[in-house]
Amino acid sequence: MAAATLVLEDVSKSFGAVRALRSASLTVQPGSIHALVGENGAGKSTLIKIVAGVHRRDGGVFELNGEAADFSSTAESKAAGVAVIYQEPTLFPDLDVSENIFMGRQPGSTLRIDKQRMYAEAAALFERLGVAIDPRRPAKGLSIADQQILEIAKAISLDASLLIMDEPTAALSGVEVERLFTVARQLRDEGRGIVFISHRFEEVFDLCDTVSVMRDGEYVSTETIAETSVEAIVAKMVGREVAELFPKTPAEIGDVVLDVQGLTSPGQFRDVTFQVRAGEIVGLAGLVGAGRSEIARAVFGVDGYSAGRVSLNGAAVAKQNPRSAISAGIAFIPEDRRKQGLVTEGSVARNVAGVIRTGLSRLGVLTSRAENRAAGPWAAKLEVKTSALDMRAATMSGGNQQKVVIAKWLVTQPKLLIIDEPTRGIDVGTKSEVHRLLSDLAGQGMAILMISSELPEVLGMADRVLVVCEGRITADIARDEATPENVMHAATHRDGHVAGATHSAAAGSADSQEVTA
Amino acid sequence: MSATLVQPSKAGLLSTILRSRELAIAVVLVALVLVATAKTESFLFSADGWRNVLLNPAMLVVLAIGQACVIITRSVDLSVGSTLGLTAYFAGRLFIDFPSLPIVVVVLLAVLLGALLGLVNGVLVSFAKVPALVITLGTMYIYRGIFLTWAGSSRITADQIPRSFSQLGTQQIVTIPVLTIVALAVLGVAAYFLSSTRPGRELYAIGSDPDAADLYGLPVLRRVLLAFVASGALAGLAGVMFLARYGTVSSQAGQGIELQAVGAAVIGGVAIFGGSGSALGAAVGAYLLVTINSVLPILGISDFWQQAVVGALILGAIALDRFLSLRQDAALVAARDQAPPSGGGGSPGNPGSSAPSAPTSPQVTA
Repeated sequence: MAAATLVLEDVSKSFGAVRALRSASLTVQPGSIHALVGENGAGKSTLIKIVAGVHRRDGGVFELNGEAADFSSTAESKAAGVAVIYQEPTLFPDLDVSENIFMGRQPGSTLRIDKQRMYAEAAALFERLGVAIDPRRPAKGLSIADQQILEIAKAISLDASLLIMDEPTAALSGVEVERLFTVARQLRDEGRGIVFISHRFEEVFDLCDTVSVMRDGEYVSTETIAETSVEAIVAKMVGREVAELFPKTPAEIGDVVLDVQGLTSPGQFRDVTFQVRAGEIVGLAGLVGAGRSEIARAVFGVDGYSAGRVSLNGAAVAKQNPRSAISAGIAFIPEDRRKQGLVTEGSVARNVAGVIRTGLSRLGVLTSRAENRAAGPWAAKLEVKTSALDMRAATMSGGNQQKVVIAKWLVTQPKLLIIDEPTRGIDVGTKSEVHRLLSDLAGQGMAILMISSELPEVLGMADRVLVVCEGRITADIARDEATPENVMHAATHRDGHVAGATHSAAAGSADSQEVTA
Repeated sequence: MSATLVQPSKAGLLSTILRSRELAIAVVLVALVLVATAKTESFLFSADGWRNVLLNPAMLVVLAIGQACVIITRSVDLSVGSTLGLTAYFAGRLFIDFPSLPIVVVVLLAVLLGALLGLVNGVLVSFAKVPALVITLGTMYIYRGIFLTWAGSSRITADQIPRSFSQLGTQQIVTIPVLTIVALAVLGVAAYFLSSTRPGRELYAIGSDPDAADLYGLPVLRRVLLAFVASGALAGLAGVMFLARYGTVSSQAGQGIELQAVGAAVIGGVAIFGGSGSALGAAVGAYLLVTINSVLPILGISDFWQQAVVGALILGAIALDRFLSLRQDAALVAARDQAPPSGGGGSPGNPGSSAPSAPTSPQVTA
């Protein structure tokens, strides 16, 4: 028997204080399609990036086609025959789609690209995938689905011995998924090894031969598809009760705090209508790129919108004016806290006091003493574990950074908190502290709009789940009716109407008030 | 098939010109020359006039092409003016100190020195992870400082360099000045390199999305170095051209020309955010920038307005780029929004996606 295409044993990897992988293992045989499943944060993407040469492992065995491998760049892994389709497309918007596929290895020679052949080969690839994309058009402006098709075409053209697909179907329609599967089966029959990462179990069972489960950065099990079931896999993936991790306690739901009517921004989102009440946590679910963050940014006023209305406690919130949103009582914690929410080079106190700076300054001068005085009580309340308030925020762990960001906004005493991916990049242990904090805030009567890609987090924390698909709200599901299946279905079907969902977005959401924990 | 009926109406002449940036700038350039000639016939129809129109921009063309290579990778090289001055002085010194050296060797050494100075820029930009704007601003002063220290109070004058070399500065072959031929040769090589070789295309990819270029496994470091070396080498060549053309090299040689080079590239459609533009565009931009400076006095426009016109040209070019790209984005997004929901990838021939601007053609179904 030939050597396994890919062998990973006991692989570990840490990013600072966060242990992304503890002991991950995966063995892929040639001529098979191997499913890799696990919750978000289980370490699948990190494992893939080690194989792809983006990250380097800290320890463990890594073999490719029977030979020891250790890639320090993506070029090395590519040369060794690894093709990766990443979750989020990585394209060159200014270049045409054919160049995007063949960049760096265009047909012809290094000093003479054969453009006619390049366009012909791209057209042939698109035909094989059954899509109508003009090989000469720029990648700019392609839909997410078409971008994903482009990634697939790129990977296929590499003629690799190992093809890794990280949620390739997330943005694809049924027809396109079928075509992709046909191609994947062809590649398998040619003797290549394929790794398929997906959250859609029907696809895993339809396409794959073997399935490996990961949880919290560790290998759990490997089975052949024929000998297992969806229930068995889910049990292994979760391995614990959802309630343990996500302690949302029932809170009294009060009046409408945030009222969004018909919000539209061309190309981003369309006719978005929803409400958030006091004491309520509303989860905004959907695929990456569906427009959730864009909606949040528009509500807060960072971005503009072409039609619609946002009001807080009945008073209209000015459009495209974050300052008036803050003074109206909205707090916004963006997705990438290092980039957008936290001055990482600044001290904890400066970060916390930053928002209310004008109120603290005397004669226009802001002193460190005044900053420390204002920040002290808040950081203490949130149990931010920093030795001193003048410690630099960059040196703290992800969980503590997130708490500093939350503290920063609590100083303004907001009525509505919008939080985008509250626990991204945070250790499993620290996650529950952030969750408890959010739950407490809701208990004190704050309205919370939470965007999250982690389904268990949405299902565990949210009183109500709004699902966004391609810029539209496709479902509004009350807590006790929300299941991974109906949320995922709504997230992938723009036409809406999900069985079991209370679709009341337009009529207001009075019926989803009574929430049981 | 019905698909042809629902395609957008034919593009007008104006929008075709706007879409090809090189063509648009060339049209403006030709118009300028025609207007100037109509006013003063000798602007074009005299031996000197003809020569100057072709010759004056040659040096800036070479610099602008080098600058384009760097800007395409989302960087900028502000040190080219100092490099030009330094290499011009270096070439002059070689002629004075080693009179037996053939001209070709002197030219090659000067280009090599420019390439070396470019390499220093590239290494600093790649390894210090500081924006090129800051790094090359620093090296601009450093290279100028080296030049000043080396030259001291001395300067190169026309009588110190061989006649056979200084003649090149004004010599013509079939009425085309030699320096213009050099610039055209550089243009030909650079245009081919940028459009039809793998390393050339990789420069665009790096400028279009540096993170994606990393994930692709492109040799980003080597390509960025290549762009800076090319820019430095071309600045070295421009230094030699400077020496041949003017014969005199003072400590101010090339001062401020780096901004003209950036301006020429931007006017020629090289996007300052990287990822698009062409060598031809940068060259035509350089021609326009130089020519406009000699045409405006003929038209009786005051010095103040001459500077302002150049500024307006740059701002107008950027505004036009922005406007066109916003319009293109909006059109692409509109096309996507109109695609049927959950359809098979929104095939372009689908009757449901008829363009709003379609003429009164009746809705035909296949």
